[in-house]
Amino acid sequence: MKNASTRTIVATGLGAALFLVLFMFVKIPSPVPETNLQIAYGVSGFFAALFGPVCGFLIAFIGHALNDFIAYGSPWWSWIVASGVCALITGISKGAVASKVEEGIFGFDEIKMFVIFTLIGQAAAWIVVAPILDIVIYGEPASLVFAQGVTAFIVDFITAAVVGCLLLKAYASTKTGKGTLSKE
Amino acid sequence: MSDAVISFRNFGFQYYSQSEPTLFDINLEIRRGEKVLIAGPSGCGKSTIGHCINGLIPNRYRGTITGELIIDGINTKNASLFDLSHKVGTVLQDSDGQFIGLTVGEDIAFALENDNVPLAEMQKKVSAIAKLVNMENHVSNNPHDLSGGQKQRCSMAGVMVDDVPILLFDEPLANLDPATGRTAIELIDALADEGKTVIIIEHRIEDVLHRHVDRIILVDEGRIIADCTPDHLLAEDLLTKHGIREPLYLTACRYADCRITEDMHPSSLSGFDVSSCRERLISWHEKNRHPAEEQEKKLLLNVDHVKFSYDGVVPVLQDISLNVYEGEMLSIVGKNGGGKSTLASVITGFQQNDAGTVTCEGKDLSQFSVSERAEYVGIVLQNPNQMISKTLIFDEIAFGLRVRGIPEAEVEKRVLEVMKVCGLSEFRKWPISALSYGQKKRVTIASILVLNPKILILDEPTAGQDYRHYSEIMEFLQELNKNGQTIILITHDMHLMLEYTKRAVVLCDGRILADEKAYEVLCDLPLTEKANLKETSLFELAEKAGIRDPLSFVETFIEYDRRYRSNEA
Amino acid sequence: MKLKLFSYNQLDTPIHRLSGFTKLVCFLFLTSAVMFTYDIRCILAITVMSYICMNVAKIRFSQVRLMFIYVLIFLATNFVLTFLFSPKYGVEIYGTEHDIFTIFGNYTLTQEQLFYQITKFSKYLSVIPLGMIFFLTTNPSEFASSLNGVGINYKACTSLSLTLRYFPDVSADYNAIKLAQQARGLDMSKKASVMSRLKNISAILAPLIFTTMDRIELISNAMDLRGFGKQKTRTWYARKPLTKADWLSMGVCLIILLAVMYVRFFVNRSFYYNPFI
Repeated sequence: MKNASTRTIVATGLGAALFLVLFMFVKIPSPVPETNLQIAYGVSGFFAALFGPVCGFLIAFIGHALNDFIAYGSPWWSWIVASGVCALITGISKGAVASKVEEGIFGFDEIKMFVIFTLIGQAAAWIVVAPILDIVIYGEPASLVFAQGVTAFIVDFITAAVVGCLLLKAYASTKTGKGTLSKE
Repeated sequence: MSDAVISFRNFGFQYYSQSEPTLFDINLEIRRGEKVLIAGPSGCGKSTIGHCINGLIPNRYRGTITGELIIDGINTKNASLFDLSHKVGTVLQDSDGQFIGLTVGEDIAFALENDNVPLAEMQKKVSAIAKLVNMENHVSNNPHDLSGGQKQRCSMAGVMVDDVPILLFDEPLANLDPATGRTAIELIDALADEGKTVIIIEHRIEDVLHRHVDRIILVDEGRIIADCTPDHLLAEDLLTKHGIREPLYLTACRYADCRITEDMHPSSLSGFDVSSCRERLISWHEKNRHPAEEQEKKLLLNVDHVKFSYDGVVPVLQDISLNVYEGEMLSIVGKNGGGKSTLASVITGFQQNDAGTVTCEGKDLSQFSVSERAEYVGIVLQNPNQMISKTLIFDEIAFGLRVRGIPEAEVEKRVLEVMKVCGLSEFRKWPISALSYGQKKRVTIASILVLNPKILILDEPTAGQDYRHYSEIMEFLQELNKNGQTIILITHDMHLMLEYTKRAVVLCDGRILADEKAYEVLCDLPLTEKANLKETSLFELAEKAGIRDPLSFVETFIEYDRRYRSNEA
Repeated sequence: MKLKLFSYNQLDTPIHRLSGFTKLVCFLFLTSAVMFTYDIRCILAITVMSYICMNVAKIRFSQVRLMFIYVLIFLATNFVLTFLFSPKYGVEIYGTEHDIFTIFGNYTLTQEQLFYQITKFSKYLSVIPLGMIFFLTTNPSEFASSLNGVGINYKACTSLSLTLRYFPDVSADYNAIKLAQQARGLDMSKKASVMSRLKNISAILAPLIFTTMDRIELISNAMDLRGFGKQKTRTWYARKPLTKADWLSMGVCLIILLAVMYVRFFVNRSFYYNPFI
């Protein structure tokens, strides 16, 4: 964050606000009972791919923490950290995705990289980080937290990959290359 | 003589993504303490000139610079934004985007915080500057409790706190209602008196000239067209030629065939010498006046004793009753925050009224869902980017039909029809991202029209547009209206209500203050003051020229102007 | 509609008077204390203390009722799921088995299980008032500056402050876009299928992202033009200097944290407090 450009800092701040808005207001019940499709993870993925891991981490971390404060009065650290880790790992795809998208390209290679890092990120978050923290901090039984983790992983991975790709594609289509705009 | 603080020498600039340069061969000197207005139509390059002065070019926008630009001894080619931030203070058009702090005090202090000024000194400076812009009682308020004018004053304070020698105002009037805009111009003028160099980028010439400026620089297609005193420029016919509106009182004089010369001081109405025009104005008025005919009207929409409050405590709409007749184009005007947009939300069903009824063609609209209501009332938001969700124009317009499950064959038929009406047929295959702002606006209008609403509501349809684009959008709406579409415009643009709508409803603090002819509203000084509008300069001109019935003069002008413009088109 | 993120209310209580920095540090000390222990005595002690603080801060129950309802729903679900997934987890932890009664098959309720689940329940519940106190009595302006005070990089703090500043604007954008699309016929109700709702939400999301990206451009220009980010440090207008009461509060919370650690490592010699042996 020390050398981050102003644009990255602002993107982090507004990205977190957007993440929070979606986290609070958009809840689509998934086919699995008692779980929601969290569109917000698509948004943190979108920003992570464009602005990098630290930006992604902070968006998900700040957004999720504020959501917990508002909804429950207190943060649930295990899931908040997991959300952050997930966007952090997705952000590794920045090198392969960001500059291409800014030039208006989001093709197969970029999709592939984005989806792969989303997959790794979601897996690390929901199958490793969240359950382990739940066990360490809250003394939850392992069978319960891993079952919850795997469900969350499947649902969130699909949502994040689909929504993230759609957004990146749409954003890329608004970008133009060098010397391509001319007046009619 | 004072020395040049800004000098462009054979300066040119081409944006990275453009195939042509935006600025060509600019040679311009601005001296210390001068107050300069840079005017020109949208896309002429005037904002680019502003970006060059404050250093966004080349630091933030990539491109190629030719020639050089020296600001207070610094060549901008090698200067960082940070270096320039101590020379040039920029007040952006969008005061919401510029308001970074959580409170007024923090926002004013922002530049000081970045410079590591200690807390005690910071507090002293902030309270001094807040006083200067009359915000001392709002230091701990947050931006959502401020009016547009207050936010802008806070932005001004935020750049002045750094004691910069040059102040740059980028379209300071764009988001303000007329009365607030006038106060803003007065405040800018007061700042200029403190020895600052002031540059205003604007295309609303008449409003800026409410106070004296030293020079106007007219820019079009990337070149400087004129660089002279306001009096000199206004005496010539250059403004209209380059797509900028000249002051209305001058248009009236030209219609009456008066010759305007520099020594008549046309730049402000108060100093304007009308003696040589009097005869011609009076005879033009006599020749062209004729009473407007009243048409028979059929009631379409009825708003009856509607009340509304967001939180159940502060009433936003208090007992609003209003009729809208078929085929009408009317404007709802008034103070920002006076309830205009809320009234639109209640009519469209976005918000449920607490009391009263809204009926359309005799049907109570409260029985319908938001999407069912869309077949009676359609609303077009101010910012087209808030409505566009598809990549292709066709898909965007078809969206509303497709989600309603209408068969594809009929969707195609209806979309093509609407595209034709909206002049979008030739863009059928285009991606929306390639369209200009005005064209995007058309797409959003088309995407609502395709649902065949009885009434079309537009929220600030021309916000941020120059005269050329403004006319383009408004002529298009007028064309729709002529074909029978009922249209309600929500606006604080006085030209718009005067020129395009016969009837105006003035809303202020949640009540209807007036519901009468648009020109009558703008000739009623007490009313305009209450509703944060401004009396039209036509009225003042008529009084000044000694015309006995100034109201009828304004009406004659509007009628004449409509005919004149439709002959031109 | 004005939607503010912090429902911060300006009252004059000893807790409101503390600096945001202090409240953040105390919040972190006390929540860490609760995290480090599974001893119901410690947890209850902290719970009682935090409810007293809530009273001192004049937080009315009506302000927080909704939060409590959400938490209770969450905890009830967790309570049932824990029992369904691991009915013998308590036995595993405490090493003894005192059956109470059998519900069906393998599902026998034991004293150990009940004790474990009640401890967990109170552990979750005890931090709620702490969070509420922090959230409802901290001036949002001061919040970012206090984070910078605990050594977090000022750029990250600025991001957070921007989140708090622009949340109402972004949510207003969201509402405007949602309503405009609904007016065009978008079905956002629960009647629509999951797939069509997902597709519908993208009709809101795309314009929302584009308006947000426009905003990012604008705000970062505005910040650059006012000299943001060139220096290694920055000062904060909203920073409150620390007083004696601040140091005292932080001291007390630190002692509580240390006491909990002491009980864990030297009294219980385990994460869990075991009354069964």
